[in-house]
Amino acid sequence: MTDAQRSNLLHLGTIAVLAAAFFVLPIYHVGNLSRIMVLAVYAMGYNFLLGYTGLLSLGHALFFAAGMYGLGLSMELFDLSTAPALLMGLVTALTVSAVIGFLALRTSGVSFMIVTLMFAQAGYLTILYFGTYTRGDEGFVIQQSARVLFGIDLTSDSGRYFSALVLFSICFLAVAYLVQSPFGRTLIAIRENEERARMLGYNTAAHKLKAVIISGTISGLSGAGYALLFGYAGATFATVQYSIFPLLWVLLGGAGTTIGPLIGVLFMFYLIDLSSSITSAYMLIAGLVLVLLTLFAPQGLAGEIRKRVFKWLP
Amino acid sequence: MDFGPHLFLASLEGAVTAAILALTAMGLSIVFGVMRVVNVAHGEFFMLGAVIAWWATSLIGGHPAIGFVMALAVAPLVVGVLAAFADKLILQKINYDPDRTIVATIGLMYIIQQTTLMTFGPDARPVQPPFNTRLPLPWFEYGDSGFAMIWPWGLSITSYKLFVIIAALAILTTLWLVITRSKIGLIMRATQLDSETAQAFGVPVDRVYMWVFGLGAGLAAVGAVLVVPIQQAHYLMGHDPLLLAFITVIIGGLGSLPGTIIAAILIGMSDGIISVFFSPTLAKIIATLVVAMVLVFRPQGLMGRSAQ
Amino acid sequence: MAAVNILSTKGLTKVYGGITANSNIDFALPKGKIMALIGPNGAGKSTFVGMLCGRIPATSGEVFFEGKNINALPAHKRISLGIAYTFQITSVFGGLSLHENVALAARRRLGRNTDAVNAKVSAVLARVGLTDRADQIAGDLSYGHQRLLEIAMGLAQDPRLFILDEPTQGLADAEITEFIDLIKTLSGDTTILLIEHNMDVVMKTAAYITVLNSGEILAAGTPDEIRTNAAVQAAYLGVAHA
Repeated sequence: MTDAQRSNLLHLGTIAVLAAAFFVLPIYHVGNLSRIMVLAVYAMGYNFLLGYTGLLSLGHALFFAAGMYGLGLSMELFDLSTAPALLMGLVTALTVSAVIGFLALRTSGVSFMIVTLMFAQAGYLTILYFGTYTRGDEGFVIQQSARVLFGIDLTSDSGRYFSALVLFSICFLAVAYLVQSPFGRTLIAIRENEERARMLGYNTAAHKLKAVIISGTISGLSGAGYALLFGYAGATFATVQYSIFPLLWVLLGGAGTTIGPLIGVLFMFYLIDLSSSITSAYMLIAGLVLVLLTLFAPQGLAGEIRKRVFKWLP
Repeated sequence: MDFGPHLFLASLEGAVTAAILALTAMGLSIVFGVMRVVNVAHGEFFMLGAVIAWWATSLIGGHPAIGFVMALAVAPLVVGVLAAFADKLILQKINYDPDRTIVATIGLMYIIQQTTLMTFGPDARPVQPPFNTRLPLPWFEYGDSGFAMIWPWGLSITSYKLFVIIAALAILTTLWLVITRSKIGLIMRATQLDSETAQAFGVPVDRVYMWVFGLGAGLAAVGAVLVVPIQQAHYLMGHDPLLLAFITVIIGGLGSLPGTIIAAILIGMSDGIISVFFSPTLAKIIATLVVAMVLVFRPQGLMGRSAQ
Repeated sequence: MAAVNILSTKGLTKVYGGITANSNIDFALPKGKIMALIGPNGAGKSTFVGMLCGRIPATSGEVFFEGKNINALPAHKRISLGIAYTFQITSVFGGLSLHENVALAARRRLGRNTDAVNAKVSAVLARVGLTDRADQIAGDLSYGHQRLLEIAMGLAQDPRLFILDEPTQGLADAEITEFIDLIKTLSGDTTILLIEHNMDVVMKTAAYITVLNSGEILAAGTPDEIRTNAAVQAAYLGVAHA
């Protein structure tokens, strides 16, 4: 089997397994998986920038929230129906990531982390400041009756699950395609040695900007999807915590692998699920995992597997 | 109150903020300057200082001043030692690799924060200031009979807040003297300039880093002990000081200690003044955007070294 | 009429604060030949080459490539015009395989045509003698082999001008001999600009030599002319040995 065939098998196989899971798992886990798949899209967006391009952002919650509020506010304030609202969410996230990318990419390393953190913080505060429209921390609920897409009721278990699966699959396959394409290969080259890539004739600045935009848009799509499928938009999704989650998921699952984000979200979700039944301080687990990961397994789960066993893992 | 006295009052509040901010940001600045480490857990060291101060004062009965002095002595020490441990156990092992350090300190932040939540609890708990007399302040007014001193109602400062400003000045001056005049300070500065050469001269760089990390945390803790009688001790109280300290260090210029002081004064004062006259949220939005723009367009801040 | 120049500069100058690294350099590189750029340490060779390929912005002066003024072009654009560059301190993609290293170099021109890319990679690796190491990780290679890899990456771009910054530094004698043979096979289609300290290599490969000293051109000409140039001998002790 060639590497390309292995890659296809992995990606399509994952989707098939997820589809089958709906019929096999109890309803509690099905509900969890819906959430996991949508958040995995966020993780994949983040991974595109961190894992493949080598840029660590601490402000991705801004993009997630852009999608969430782009959709939420258009439905809430302007009575848009689902499909155009999704488009609005996408466009908002795209615009925000283009602007942030243009500004933040003038910095690098630590400064890039701080700049992205600051922009995200400003975004969060702005959501609070315009609380009359956004309802700030409290957030707002999106009516059940409005959450219908192409005739499918998104509030039903199956409607929610399979639309989450469709969203996941599209992004999963798109990212898999991109990272194995010449464009993706160039991003990896930039991650490995940017100056060398530049001196091979690649416009590294343009590549990085495109990477930020793609990453931000996918993250925004996740935010819009989350608001649509779970019927809620709130400022907590714009806080620093929601910028750190994708970092945590991607590092845990394996940065720079296509399957890593899903694994990371899955693991962390159930880890927190288990520990929150024991204590309200479940983020302690997140902290411990981060420290242990960075000490002993910086490649993450899928990354270690790739290093030791399946070297072809994309 | 008229505008004049109101501005005066806001400036005094700003001065208190600036004093605490200078201490906290100084800790962050020293750690970054010498070790090139961005410590995201810095706010949690601040919070720990406040929490330990609460423990100390509630353990010791009697006059609140006794407990306070205890807290002032004990909290920075405990926090400093804890930080030094964290450096030895975690940061040294990953060799201060920039990406991994950020991740490790984020993890540390959650560990400290959540452990405090589990032990201290989610409530905000007050600490008694050691003394707290109200000192009315004069204001000048140009009236019929020339300049006259008036005492507007509401224009006052507490003796404690005055103490905070003076204490911060004293600590920072001592710190400056130590860094510029003592052998320890010389070792720190040498390590900052060129750690490899310092090592070749027999400076135990790993040990220096451990002490510096502890010092940075200890400074934050001191700031927290000073501020906790004014605010309250709460497990989430590290978040805002962390962001403000970051803003200060960046505007002042990463690695420049005098820059940090100047920036702390600017930011503390303006935060105080803007918060009194406008919405604190708007003030924060402006502050964060200014920091981002400074980093984008003038990365060396006010006084830092350019282009690293 | 002199041979066509593939690259030339007019008055190229670089001033850093108070220091003039390069002063008013008028340089001409004839097409299809091997030119060596030599000079003592600190003469300004790396600065000059940096300005040629766009890594360092010039203070004043102009650079012409194939007759066109390329001053306004950023580094990556100049490279894509057909210039290949190897770094003074070897710079490859240490975490990636040799195959991928060369493929990245080839892909800029050959794009998504996987077959063409793979064919080019095989051809180039064979030419430098690294075929059986194609799947190894570049960072695991010896220094000499990494240097060869960098040359392979340059070749994969089918460059019209190949700039090599001290390519033999750190190589063993046998490797240097192989390098000389390789370079000789290249000239003709590709113009080569060699920055070198190793006078043996220079004398065995170069058709022309330009000598830089203290930021200025001291002399330019054939190896024989340079060898007998008194000013060069005075400034650059060690030429007398060659």
